[in-house]
Amino acid sequence: MTERKDAEAFPKLKLNVNHTEYTVAVQPDTPLLWVIRENLGLTGTKFGCGMSICGSCIVHVEGEAVRSCVTPVSEVVGKRITTIEGLSADGNHPVQKAWIEDEVPQCGYCHSGQIMGAAALLAQNPTPTDADIDDAMSDILCRCGTYQRIRRAVHRASQIMAEGGQKK
Amino acid sequence: MTGIINVSRRDFLKTTATIGGGLILGCSLSLGPAEGAAAEGSAGPATLNAFVRIGTDDIVTIIVTHSEMGQGVYTSLPMLVAEELECDWNKIVAEAAPVDPVYNHTQWGVQATGGSTSLTSEWERLRKLGASAREMLIAAAALDWKVDKKTCRAENGTVIHSGGKKLTYGQLAAKSANMEVPKEVRLKDPSEFKIIGKPVHRLDTPEKTNGKAVFGIDVNIPGMLVALVERPPVFGGKVVSFKADKAKAVPGVKDVVQVPSGVAVVATGFWPAKLGRDALEVTWDDGPNAKLSTEAMREQYAGLAKTPGMVARKEGTPQQALAGAAKTLTAEYEVPYLAQATMEPLNCVVDLRADSCEVWTGTQSQTADRDAAAQISGLKPEQVRLHTMLLGGGFGRRGNPQSDFVSQAVHVAKAAKSPVKVIWTREDDMKGGWYRPMWYDRIAAGVGENGNLVAWQHTIVGQSVAAGTASEPVFVRDGVDETSVQGARDIPYDIPNILVDLHTPKIGVPVQWWRSVGHSHTAFVVECFLDEVAHAAGKDPYEFRRKLLDKQPRHKAVLELVAEKADWGKPLLEGRGRGIALHKSFDSFVAYVAEVSVSASGEVRVERVVCAVDCGRVVNPNGIEAQMEGGIAFGLTAALYGAITLKDGRVQQTNFGNYPLLELREMPKVEVHTVPSTEAPTGTGEPGVPPIAPAVANAIFSATGKRIRRLPIRAEDVKKT
Repeated sequence: MTERKDAEAFPKLKLNVNHTEYTVAVQPDTPLLWVIRENLGLTGTKFGCGMSICGSCIVHVEGEAVRSCVTPVSEVVGKRITTIEGLSADGNHPVQKAWIEDEVPQCGYCHSGQIMGAAALLAQNPTPTDADIDDAMSDILCRCGTYQRIRRAVHRASQIMAEGGQKK
Repeated sequence: MTGIINVSRRDFLKTTATIGGGLILGCSLSLGPAEGAAAEGSAGPATLNAFVRIGTDDIVTIIVTHSEMGQGVYTSLPMLVAEELECDWNKIVAEAAPVDPVYNHTQWGVQATGGSTSLTSEWERLRKLGASAREMLIAAAALDWKVDKKTCRAENGTVIHSGGKKLTYGQLAAKSANMEVPKEVRLKDPSEFKIIGKPVHRLDTPEKTNGKAVFGIDVNIPGMLVALVERPPVFGGKVVSFKADKAKAVPGVKDVVQVPSGVAVVATGFWPAKLGRDALEVTWDDGPNAKLSTEAMREQYAGLAKTPGMVARKEGTPQQALAGAAKTLTAEYEVPYLAQATMEPLNCVVDLRADSCEVWTGTQSQTADRDAAAQISGLKPEQVRLHTMLLGGGFGRRGNPQSDFVSQAVHVAKAAKSPVKVIWTREDDMKGGWYRPMWYDRIAAGVGENGNLVAWQHTIVGQSVAAGTASEPVFVRDGVDETSVQGARDIPYDIPNILVDLHTPKIGVPVQWWRSVGHSHTAFVVECFLDEVAHAAGKDPYEFRRKLLDKQPRHKAVLELVAEKADWGKPLLEGRGRGIALHKSFDSFVAYVAEVSVSASGEVRVERVVCAVDCGRVVNPNGIEAQMEGGIAFGLTAALYGAITLKDGRVQQTNFGNYPLLELREMPKVEVHTVPSTEAPTGTGEPGVPPIAPAVANAIFSATGKRIRRLPIRAEDVKKT
């Protein structure tokens, strides 16, 4: 029998999530997704496939969209991580506003990932074309089929940003 | 299904004050001393099952008895209450009902969500509740002001006296709890509707955009461990033995326990549970399904399709009419097993104690799941509290006839002696069975000299989803499962000679509901073959259908509307094709015109879908549009990609890599048009799915001359030769 290690023996890792410093004791290869969800209690980021196919787990690391289900937590120590809970102070990021205006979600499960994906796209390309949206968003899956609205809402978010960003 | 429970309204509606001094309007079926209006601070709220709670803060909480899985019931059902209650829509909160007979589906006698029936179940009940609460609020105000009730009216969360005095519902809530529940209430004439029929924004959108929405998988309770269950690789397989040493050596793994469905690895979190399960060694007895293969099943089904089955419908003399027809056509169609593949993989949280069991999960089947939890834990049903969480998609999978994911979690909690969350990985979920059945159909038609359709013979082969379940008595009559033949037996076209028959082979693959159930396959077969017949008769497929629908005005109206909106008959660009399909399911009527383009290599792109829908009176046009878009996407995934196959008893698909879903770049432009109707509203969760595959297949024929007779659509079947 292999020697038993206790969970307490895990190394302590420092994480910066949504501008808050956390210290977690987990196995370093644990996917960021599960640390966010289980250790930090931020359950807005979702588990969908565990293989970087569906995008439900997208968070921002240094502003880039990253699939947290395949990102070992040790790789993001010291980096700036943003989850859906930290995207805006009050749910008023232009993408969130557009998502509400265009009534995008149905079951809603994939939409943390959709919104984080769209926000990362717009941060790099504030006026995406349909083709840009296709390229950036097609690997974020939605089983309810809200794609037509996602496309519309990304354009709308772009417009909201142009009109003055986050102010209500 | 335990039958319909009838309760007279007088016994049904009760009222009480909340501890905080608000109004609870609800129902009690227990005819004991707890009846009637309870004194403040008593156990009133616990014995009275609320449907509407009005707080002193003006918040109106509407308890929703149906599960929210994306179809919008946490908005559409509160709309029914709010319409009559005249409350402020911005003060409404929707809350999931606990499990109690008063919350049963009004037609099914159990608490469950499915069959696109939530609106039909609640259309009367919730409007009456809203109207009753409104009358009591008015009565309370009138009493307070010492005026005649008739001089008071309710508007936007306030009662207003003709003299100008006003009180908010919050101010009236406590007092209104002492008012008598009206024996009769007048429901509004539809011309008076202020909310029903208007595009209302979903109440749950904000929380679904900021990470706050709580799905089953998000539940966290004190002391909770996380478990993954290693299940047999073959359906019906059994554990012979297992070695847990390596699994237990994984840091964070707390226990490895055997449960009826397999071996559970229980750990401090998902990741150690997964690593532990990866390290687990199980020896399986594969059982009788070890050699099961969909290839072999296909041969068996094709053979059966050539022989007569159990008769589902017979009219006229179909065989003679076929034999005597000027022209006959025969074709075989086939569709595979399909997984529901909800984005939220199955999961369930259980806290099992000596005298109680608490369950948190996203379920479509509360009563059955609660009862299963009671049976496994050895408790009485009333000792089980089931919390319905938001469902990250349902599509039928979360209404399992064996309560599989709930039962499993209760077993794990029992064996591990700890509160536990069982999470299914995507692979567990994909390989876990309970699929839409695989179907094989053989269909023949006879056309007369004048091009009229004179005979129709349709033989269906596939497993029954109801056989062997609690719903067998509801659906299976004379050996025919209604859900196997729905949409085929009731083919709407006027055909003088019809035979529809059914073979129901017993196969060891668990099958169940899948968004639109039998219609998901019958619409494809019937609407594609009818297109073949139209072509053979030298008729336009739209006109051919229309002429056969003289006795079906609602079918005809959606067909005409879709043709008009889609510019049916107008020339298309080179390489494009247009296809039409029509199908009624769950009492709603949907017609599509799909426009496709086909590349030289046989790649199909669905460019545009025009939809016409008649779902009775429109409750929330936003919701209908969303459900049609969603039904199209869901049906396109099945048409273009979906297939679960088995080889050597093993499911070959594991994740979205080999069971792909439609992507954003593939989503066609969808336009939804609604037929105005004064009929009672019917659902739209499922009816949008069935007609999309045939509309696309028929469009491919118009573009390429190739008939698509099997799904998913394969490039080799499409490629122009």
